[in-house]
Amino acid sequence: MLANHAKLMLFFKNAGEVVGRKKLQKMIYILKKCDIPFEEKYEFHFYGPYSEELTLRIEELCNLGFIEEQKESKSNYYQYRYTVTEAGEDFLGHSAVELPSCNEMIEKMKDKSSRFLELVSTMLYFDHLSKKEIEEKVQIVKKSSNYTETDIQAAWQFIKELK
Amino acid sequence: MYKNEQLDEEKVFKDPVHRYIHVKDRVIWDLIGTAEFQRLRRVKQLGTSFLTFHGAEHSRFNHSLGVYEIVRRILFNFEGRKHWNNEERLLCLCAALLHDLGHGPFSHSFEKVFKLDHEAFTRQIVLGDTEVNHVLRRVEEGFPQKVADVINKTYEDKLVVSLISSQIDADRMDYLQRDAYFTGVSYGHFDMERILRVMRPLEDQVVIKQTGMHAVEDYIMSRYQMYWQVYFHPVSRSAEVILSKILHRAKHLYEQGYQFSLKPTHFLSFFSGDVSLEDYLRLDESVVLYYFQMWIDETDEILSDLCVRFMNRKLLKYIEFNPNLQMNEWMELYQLFKKVGIDPDYYLVVDSSSDLPYDFYRPGEEGERLPIYLLMPNQELKELSRQSDIVESISGKKRTDHKLYFPMDFIQALPDDQPEKNKIKTILGLADID
Repeated sequence: MLANHAKLMLFFKNAGEVVGRKKLQKMIYILKKCDIPFEEKYEFHFYGPYSEELTLRIEELCNLGFIEEQKESKSNYYQYRYTVTEAGEDFLGHSAVELPSCNEMIEKMKDKSSRFLELVSTMLYFDHLSKKEIEEKVQIVKKSSNYTETDIQAAWQFIKELK
Repeated sequence: MYKNEQLDEEKVFKDPVHRYIHVKDRVIWDLIGTAEFQRLRRVKQLGTSFLTFHGAEHSRFNHSLGVYEIVRRILFNFEGRKHWNNEERLLCLCAALLHDLGHGPFSHSFEKVFKLDHEAFTRQIVLGDTEVNHVLRRVEEGFPQKVADVINKTYEDKLVVSLISSQIDADRMDYLQRDAYFTGVSYGHFDMERILRVMRPLEDQVVIKQTGMHAVEDYIMSRYQMYWQVYFHPVSRSAEVILSKILHRAKHLYEQGYQFSLKPTHFLSFFSGDVSLEDYLRLDESVVLYYFQMWIDETDEILSDLCVRFMNRKLLKYIEFNPNLQMNEWMELYQLFKKVGIDPDYYLVVDSSSDLPYDFYRPGEEGERLPIYLLMPNQELKELSRQSDIVESISGKKRTDHKLYFPMDFIQALPDDQPEKNKIKTILGLADID
């Protein structure tokens, strides 16, 4: 029961705390591309790969009291902070669902900005293309983000380390 | 030039939602006539909802024409406006018409069970050796790729993408009205003409003139009501649960080497996980329902029973379920079902709102997802929920639920002296039902 919810809970448990919905979206996508079996469906949106299913599932976990969502007001927008609750720990205690080891990957991603993870996830979205084509595509679809050559090289290095 | 070729006389389709759908471009007319587009007549727009709302038999063909018509009207209003490049007109119309081309039969369940992606199939149809591709290539060699990029939302001109895919796009505006019309519900209606009149193109998105805020509020409200009244309807979800279990069971039997009385030829590549475009296009809903009818006579009791339930609308019953408070009850039920010989993997199912393919309006976090922006008189952009109390109040509402589905008839048929029967009934809150 609720196997996909349980996988997300394991992610949160391993991560300890996740700050930002955008960051959360990109982290799960990157893990998925690294063969961690999350089943949320992603599509390409204005800001890169995005999963509506993930958004709703997180909302469910919050409504069930398994995850606590803290809303923090920033200058022009809100930012959200997620942690596992005691009820969430109980739920995991009853669940037989497991995730392949990905703690190291999660830790690496937590250290990165959401902007950087947006770049990495966008590059992974086009991983059926050649390296040169990916770089060209990123400049087309993320024109307004102004990623530099240095950003892109750092993202390649990061992808190499993850995989 | 084929790209600009116009029909001698405009063709019109009578449409219950938009009254008329107008086609003057030769390319659009030719695309409508392709085998891949005509196939959409055999894929229902609302999947299993026809078992709840008997009128909901409309197809993705109707909807696709509707989306095309809305985009055509938007672009008529955009002509001559700053930021709008009319050279993109045909691309927008083609992408609007073809955006759902890759949807298969009962798309959502099929995608989940067989790990498919309808968008990948849309891409394959547009780019592969198909009638659609041949028409698009006559426009120009790179045109199919552009259409695929717009549908995939990776086209460089984000304004073009946002017409087909954003929080207030032609796709949603059509399906809300069309689904309301065919289900017969009184929700889902809003003043689309007004919204089209206040849409303004900006460099990379469509925004709404502030004076049109109330029309957009009405659209958001319709969206909210349609989700709860139609899309999240518990009876349609019950049918979806059964459908999904039929597919799981058939796949499982195939993997176990079960000998089907009728060889499931059209399903073989789905079972083995190697679906070619040709296989995909051959399997429409009429074919699926034919197999379900045939599988009623299979010797496997579970497959047969599930097919009877789906075909004859003997659906699973449900109760509200809170996984936080009722986890222990669920585990006990699981064991009790096993003991009485009802396979809980097929007949005890928790279904969550996130299992459904619909979304609410969310302003979200910066950079998470593009919200709806209002264009203020001073040319500033303001996110909708920051200006509208109605939208803000809906955005804050709880939008999730979970239901537990089970076969009431199986439970009632258990012998009265079987101790597990009363335990099951008590947990499910059926103790007073004979």
